[in-house]
Amino acid sequence: MIQLLAFYLFAALVIAAGAFTILARNPVHSVLWLIVAFFNAAGLMVIVGAEFIAMLLVIVYVGAVAVLFLFVVMMLDIDFAELRAGFIKNFPLGILIAVVLLAELVLGIGAYRAGALELGTPDGTGASLVGRSNIESIGALLYGRYLFLFETAGIILLVALIGAIVLTHRGARAVRGQQNVARQNARKPSEATVNTQPEVGQGVSL
Amino acid sequence: MIPVFESWGMTPEWAWFVSTIAGILLIALPLMLAVAMVIYADRKIWAAMALRRGPNVVGPFGLLQSFADGLKVFLQETIIPSASNKGLFLIAPIVTFTVALMAWAVIPFNSGAVLADINVGLLYILAISSLGVYGVVVSGWASNSKYPFFSAMRAAAQMISYEVSIGFILICVVLWAGSFNMNAIIEAQRGHGLGIVNGFVFNLLLFPMWVMFLISSLAETARAPFDLTEAESELVAGYQTEYSSMSFALFWLGEYANVLLMCALNAILFFGGWLPPLDWAPLYWIPGWIWFFAKILFFFFVFSWVKATVPRYRYDQLLMRLGWKVFLPLSLVFVVLISGWLMATRYDPIGRREVVYGKITLCQHEFDQRLSVDLRLPQCPERETAR
Repeated sequence: MIQLLAFYLFAALVIAAGAFTILARNPVHSVLWLIVAFFNAAGLMVIVGAEFIAMLLVIVYVGAVAVLFLFVVMMLDIDFAELRAGFIKNFPLGILIAVVLLAELVLGIGAYRAGALELGTPDGTGASLVGRSNIESIGALLYGRYLFLFETAGIILLVALIGAIVLTHRGARAVRGQQNVARQNARKPSEATVNTQPEVGQGVSL
Repeated sequence: MIPVFESWGMTPEWAWFVSTIAGILLIALPLMLAVAMVIYADRKIWAAMALRRGPNVVGPFGLLQSFADGLKVFLQETIIPSASNKGLFLIAPIVTFTVALMAWAVIPFNSGAVLADINVGLLYILAISSLGVYGVVVSGWASNSKYPFFSAMRAAAQMISYEVSIGFILICVVLWAGSFNMNAIIEAQRGHGLGIVNGFVFNLLLFPMWVMFLISSLAETARAPFDLTEAESELVAGYQTEYSSMSFALFWLGEYANVLLMCALNAILFFGGWLPPLDWAPLYWIPGWIWFFAKILFFFFVFSWVKATVPRYRYDQLLMRLGWKVFLPLSLVFVVLISGWLMATRYDPIGRREVVYGKITLCQHEFDQRLSVDLRLPQCPERETAR
């Protein structure tokens, strides 16, 4: 009973938040609605019994990705007049996308009415194991059976990471702002200041 | 607590519901009281280190100062700037406060005395603490004012950088404890150092992790040397600049609840939580929650001490240098070191030694067999064609 209630609560909130994400006028509001959607999706994961995935969803998407979205979007200088200015120019493109989406919707409903796909009955292989947390199960699969694929995925991500740094790195060293912290820390007052007692009217040479 | 309510004639569902609500209140209300007293303690410690008296007028020794402040703030007018984004402006302090309370659900106060004993406890803490930044970022943006906005930008950058290293530090602890469950992590520390000292901190590989965790937790809660989000010489009062009365107080309360949480995490992850410092029978006569609270207060003293003595970091030094260039590589190296050490001493990749599987101990090849049966892995295709 409570699972059902929780499911409908989370599911309704995910859909509502998703709708508001695209309906919100202000991009910052969109990102915040997206975060609400992520959070409720994590709630749905908990109901399915995949608490590890739920936590990862919150940590990775809400905690890191969405913060970066927000970071970028907050700094946008939004001019609503300018946003509407491109309306006529982009109108055909918008119509095209709307037609494609409508066609997909009609196709989907038609296919559903024609009878659902035969997916077979679940044979229990997807069920979680009794007495084992899903961290252990996922770990056993990732580091046992799918070790090669997992490590390959990691290496691809590493290459992408390095690639992103290489692409954005300016070749020449920055002219200004290079500071050597060790040298700064090693500097003593005696090296930086000189105590002189000049004659009156003589001044000091720098 | 559920059996007590059931013995009063409730159905199991109602007993669960009532006991959960009671548990939440039992944590949240004393926590609020503790926050009030801890603000007083913070001011007293800070004053003592600066050779001042600190709050000493309201009540005996000024003990009621925080409550007087609370009353004052409660009676003030809530000012909402006309150019602000009103909804978000009011939601932001609520988010900060709520998130600060949520994380306490998985903190064990004694053996088994925990509201939600989930097996991803540490991940839950990490997830909730990563939500904390939204209160700051949203308040800075919704204020529609320059200094709060700078502060929000700084907060976003700072939280992300330090969460990365905190994540790696937590992984080290989890690897050693073999569990994400908070109670299991504490149990794993029993007699860890030389068979008598409780706590991961007395471990040569984990001690540097603790030092980094302490510094990162200062940064994560934006406390003294890292309080760049509210650097008054640069940003007025940071993200709180436009706030007044209760909305300001909620930030204040949330901030100190987060500080207490980080103190509790230091105690749980590295100092044995509710275990006494030594694994020695007479020390167990003192209840576990007293040890736990004593450890939290000790770490709170350390936090105040740092606040009173250390000057604020410069912005570029803090983020780019300490966070990304020092802590991240160092914690990454220690993840490799610790997992290597554990592979060499505890687990056995070749299959000579025995492996713990649930409650029983098996040889490696038996373990592999069991695992593939348990996971109901499909047989290899070659074998199927051979059959």
